Amino acid sequence: MTDREKPAPSRFLDYAPAPESTSILHLKPSYGLFIDGEFVDGHGAPFTTISPATEQPIAEIANADSSDVDVAVAAARSAYTRTWSRLSGADRGKYLFRIARLVQERARELSVAESLDNGKPIRESRDVDVPLVAAWFFYYAGWADKLDYAGLGPNPRSLGVAAQVIPWNFPLLMLAWKVAPALAAGNTVVIKPAETTPLSALIFAEILQQADLPAGVVNIITGAGNTGEALVNHPDVNKVAFTGSTAVGRAIAKSVAGTGKKVTLELGGKAANIVFDDAPIDQAIEGIVNGIFFNQGHVCCAGSRLLVQENIHEDVVDRLKSRLMTLRLGDPLDKNTDIGAINSREQLERIRQLSDIGEKEGADRWTAPCKIPDKGFWFAPTIFDNVSTSSTIAREEVFGPVLSVLTFRTPAEAIAKANNTPYGLSAGIWSDKGSKILAVADGLRAGVIWANTFNRFDPASPFGGFKESGYGREGGRHGLAAYLESAGWASPQAISTTGSTSRKKATS
Amino acid sequence: MTRLAIPKTYKLYIGGKFPRSESGRTYEVSTKDGRFLANASLASRKDARDAVVAARSAFAGWSSATGYNRGQVLYRIAELLEGRRDQFVDELSATEGLTKPAATAQVDTAIDAWVWYAGWADKYVQVAGNANAVSGPYFNLSTPEPTGVVAIIAPQSGNSLLGLASVIAPAILTGNTVVVVASESAPLAAVSLSEVLATSDVPGGVVNILTGSPAEIAPWLAGHADVNAIDLAGAGLLDWVDLQIIAADTLKRVLAPEDGAPPPSLERIVAFTETKTVWHTKSLI
Repeated sequence: MTDREKPAPSRFLDYAPAPESTSILHLKPSYGLFIDGEFVDGHGAPFTTISPATEQPIAEIANADSSDVDVAVAAARSAYTRTWSRLSGADRGKYLFRIARLVQERARELSVAESLDNGKPIRESRDVDVPLVAAWFFYYAGWADKLDYAGLGPNPRSLGVAAQVIPWNFPLLMLAWKVAPALAAGNTVVIKPAETTPLSALIFAEILQQADLPAGVVNIITGAGNTGEALVNHPDVNKVAFTGSTAVGRAIAKSVAGTGKKVTLELGGKAANIVFDDAPIDQAIEGIVNGIFFNQGHVCCAGSRLLVQENIHEDVVDRLKSRLMTLRLGDPLDKNTDIGAINSREQLERIRQLSDIGEKEGADRWTAPCKIPDKGFWFAPTIFDNVSTSSTIAREEVFGPVLSVLTFRTPAEAIAKANNTPYGLSAGIWSDKGSKILAVADGLRAGVIWANTFNRFDPASPFGGFKESGYGREGGRHGLAAYLESAGWASPQAISTTGSTSRKKATS
Repeated sequence: MTRLAIPKTYKLYIGGKFPRSESGRTYEVSTKDGRFLANASLASRKDARDAVVAARSAFAGWSSATGYNRGQVLYRIAELLEGRRDQFVDELSATEGLTKPAATAQVDTAIDAWVWYAGWADKYVQVAGNANAVSGPYFNLSTPEPTGVVAIIAPQSGNSLLGLASVIAPAILTGNTVVVVASESAPLAAVSLSEVLATSDVPGGVVNILTGSPAEIAPWLAGHADVNAIDLAGAGLLDWVDLQIIAADTLKRVLAPEDGAPPPSLERIVAFTETKTVWHTKSLI
């Protein structure tokens, strides 16, 4: 009997629907661009944002063309010169504190909007995304008047206008990751949310109005890839921050070459989640599930490669399958939902294609038996067992609820396999032996390593990758460095005096 | 009766050895007024690739050495440079046309830079890393780690010895390994520095030095998939924007060209490090 044929989970796991009400939303039928403190019309053809769970339209969204980008950047420049760069750090901080509080006050509304527009379960938007958004603003608010302690020397300088382009997987959270440190450091912002998930950013624009943030300090422009391209390439931006695919990251790195724009890139990943035979196995199973099925696997740091020690391989895979059979897939607004909708038809197609390739390349495919709703974009949790390191699904980012299982025998082999990828964003280690965890963590070439946990995020904790997962860090003290430049340290005296005739100072 | 001097053969420095260019090519190095000094190796694309292989092989060992150990090795470089002060003064006078006091000042500054950087090897982690107070029962620590293999275009106009110290020392003290393209017009100090490195406990492959044409070699290094970062310090007169564009294909970390030898700075050290953040659960007791 294959797992698929096993009887469905017993009745006690059936829950009555418990949908979160959408009555808390006050959506407008259409949204303009948020430029210079006001909503204005865009000059591109407007587009409709839909709910990926029902394919029903939510609102019409303005589309910024390059002339709109010009206006937004000009507004940000003017706000930078006239207002924001002249404010004290303490006052900048007070605005950010206000924003944090307003996000908390409107948390439920933001969560519902996020789940509606993105497809993620309300449990996640309510308990993870939106609380972290508030925490991010609260954390960086406190930095605004303490920049001398950021580790960049005395009186670090803001950069100017920051161009920020964010993805659809954590729409509002990515906005917070970008906007909070930029503003705390004294920059102004033009940010472009993803085409499929603009809604929460536009509600956030209302929050900025309620906070009475000076006009032009944050400008939110909606549109597709060409809007983002126009923004990133605009000659009057000083800083580019991008989260998204490695392919687009490469294109951005090329387009800014030689311009002197400071760049941070948060790109793809193919994280290894390493489970040793001495791991706390129940926690590890939960961690594996959280690692790859959190947010439908639409997570750049998702633990998409499970590396399990050979002697516990079968046990882990069996437990994993029975755990996955209890996950509930469906209405993102239902409080009992574990797996929501795939964000777009396009993404669903990509997940399907890569999964088909995985099957063709010889891996054993298993899909959790769950009922797929008639409308909307859905993909049931899927495991590929006996995946080889050369397999496409072990190398390419699927960005969906698809787990590849590989095995190893020794810690050294685990490290070698984990590092066998051009990416280096995150990794997980499961073991009850502390010394082993620390040694393996040393060997992993990844920017974030979770030991006996996975997918934890915190505004105080730097996040970002090694290698082709991008550069720069978001979060923590390190996240400030992305939006500041050092005004210079005093040169080491003994060296600068003896060599004065033959040496020049670096141009800053 | 004057003794007939024994001139030195100037070769590449790859993987701790001194090979000639596999291409068999050399180019003439002369004094400012045109007097022949030596035939330096004209490194090829293949030499550059060999150097990257050597640097990658050396990375695991060097990056896992303790900071204290790396600091002592860097200090040892300064010690040996001090012992060869006169040789370097002569070489700099000949290749750069410097007066003896100016050449001496450059050598001394270079030695002091090595010492300054040596002292950072077991400290930069404390300055660039920190514990993070996260909202939950987690131990959470951020530490800088070396980026990997770093390609460096050394300063090209003057400062042929100091320029090397100011780009090599900050990169290797954190555990990176490097492939350096030396000053094209004044490569002799770089080759002599290699001899110092070879005898100062720097493991073979940690520093690899190529002489020849940066314009020819740099694009191969910028595009090499096993190079993690490129320092364009001395690339100001090359098509360095093109190099940056090539480097973007593999998302290399890039430092832009500088005028002259970059002054010693913590930023140069941190530029080629990656912050690694490790979370660990704390049990609820």
